[in-house]
Amino acid sequence: MATSGKLIEVRDLKKYYNGEAIKALDGVSVDVNRGDVMVVIGPSGSGKSTFLRSLNLLEQPTSGSIVFEGVDITKKTDAQGKRINIDLHRQKMGMVFQHFNLFPHKTILQNMTMAPIKLKGISPAEANEKAMALLERVGLADRAGAYPIQLSGGQKQRVAIVRALAMEPDVMLFDEPTSALDPEMVGEVLDVMKKLALEGMTMVVVTHEMGFAREVGNRVLFMADGKLLEEGTPDAIFNAPQNPRLQDFLSKVL
Amino acid sequence: MNFSTIGQNIVRLLIKYWDKFLITGLSYTLSLAAITVFFGTIFGALIALMRMSRIPPLRWVSSVYTEIIRGTPMLLQLYLFYFGLPQLLPFLNRQQYACVAIALVCNSAAYVSEIIRSGIQAVDIGQTEAARSLGFSQAQTMRYIVLPQAVKNILPALGNEFIMVTKDTSLASTFFIGDLMTQVLLIKGATYLPIEPLTIAAIIYFLLTFVLSKLVGLLERRLRRGDIR
Ligand SMILES: Nc1ncnc2c1ncn2[C@@H]1O[C@H](COP(=O)(O)OP(=O)(O)O)[C@@H](O)[C@H]1O
Ligand SMILES: [Mg+2]
Repeated sequence: MATSGKLIEVRDLKKYYNGEAIKALDGVSVDVNRGDVMVVIGPSGSGKSTFLRSLNLLEQPTSGSIVFEGVDITKKTDAQGKRINIDLHRQKMGMVFQHFNLFPHKTILQNMTMAPIKLKGISPAEANEKAMALLERVGLADRAGAYPIQLSGGQKQRVAIVRALAMEPDVMLFDEPTSALDPEMVGEVLDVMKKLALEGMTMVVVTHEMGFAREVGNRVLFMADGKLLEEGTPDAIFNAPQNPRLQDFLSKVL
Repeated sequence: MNFSTIGQNIVRLLIKYWDKFLITGLSYTLSLAAITVFFGTIFGALIALMRMSRIPPLRWVSSVYTEIIRGTPMLLQLYLFYFGLPQLLPFLNRQQYACVAIALVCNSAAYVSEIIRSGIQAVDIGQTEAARSLGFSQAQTMRYIVLPQAVKNILPALGNEFIMVTKDTSLASTFFIGDLMTQVLLIKGATYLPIEPLTIAAIIYFLLTFVLSKLVGLLERRLRRGDIR
């Protein structure tokens, strides 16, 4: 897939809590292009999660717009006056959470096939086949019948990734996917994400893994206090940071 | 007080009145408890849905209802329904059993709604977020993801509610409904023996709730095992 065309256009996005007391997002504008691997970094509490969760409206922004594949999903109706069904747009945005959030009452295979069967009307046989192929790719085909509690953290997160992929999304959103993992399991999850990036998947990744940002990202965003303070290629961000807040942040994490 | 006479009296009463205790009394007590829990669960679920609704008036009505029921004595509620209902609904005139059953249902529904609400809210919010991020609607998320997990919290608590209700039905004897406690009062009146019928009823209540709580414990363990599999 070529890096061309805008997939998500974010304009002046704001999210306030308690009136205006907490400005979790304070006017963020950015475009996500098809094929981008956009890595979002910044200190804790800077609004990274709020930004990511706004993209699929898990958080309802206070103001601003998010145009996803040509439709402003923050509005009630589209340009033709048709009601916007956010559930349909979310089907095309996969999301991976820090704490996996697998469904504990379903097997690994069921975790992956439920949404395709119930939401896209795919036959169970076809859904199973596709899910097995995805599990194969992350080396977990033999765990298809297991329940989430029987898996290690790294395995759970790999399942969470392929569960989202089973819906064949156009973009994948990751919120600190390795932060809850034991150190020895971080690599296996990052490897899966790296493979995904190489296949051309559009990704927005909030992470503290600077190695991943440098090696896999094509754009790095630095956020602080709900604002996007600096944006650039990994090379520019890590080797020639401009903003003093970014310089300070990098001196602490690198 | 002489324990051996009491013992002898208990045996005598049991031989003479066993059907009053074990058939009439027990069947009234159990049927009242079953009706209360059955309808209490249905109405409790409705109230819980109202409390979690997006429509503010529904939330207010349901939470005011729950607070009032939980904040007033049950005996008072029984009196109120017993004397008030027939005036509101004339066809309930002289229908003492129905009035008491309705009072018990209304009381239990408030407690059950709290059981259901907290059972649902105990399911990790991350489950809802994951389901919504896949594209499930709010209703689908409730049905396929949240409720199946909430049931594991709710069922054991409902079992305990059944045990509570079984004991609470004894208040119905205030109106001589026919339950176990009513039989105690009747037999006490006929024999002038206060302690012995009470002792018999105590043993029956205890055996009943003991068996029920063992069953609830069994259910709880099975549900917990289901989680690990
Ligand atoms: N539900 C909420 N209510 C109040 N404040 C919140 C809420 N969610 C996030 N915040 C605040 O918004 C800011 C940004 O949070 P977040 O996006 O989680 O930051 P990050 O992911 O970068 O650590 C923080 O100050 C946080 O305390
Ligand atoms: Mg965060």
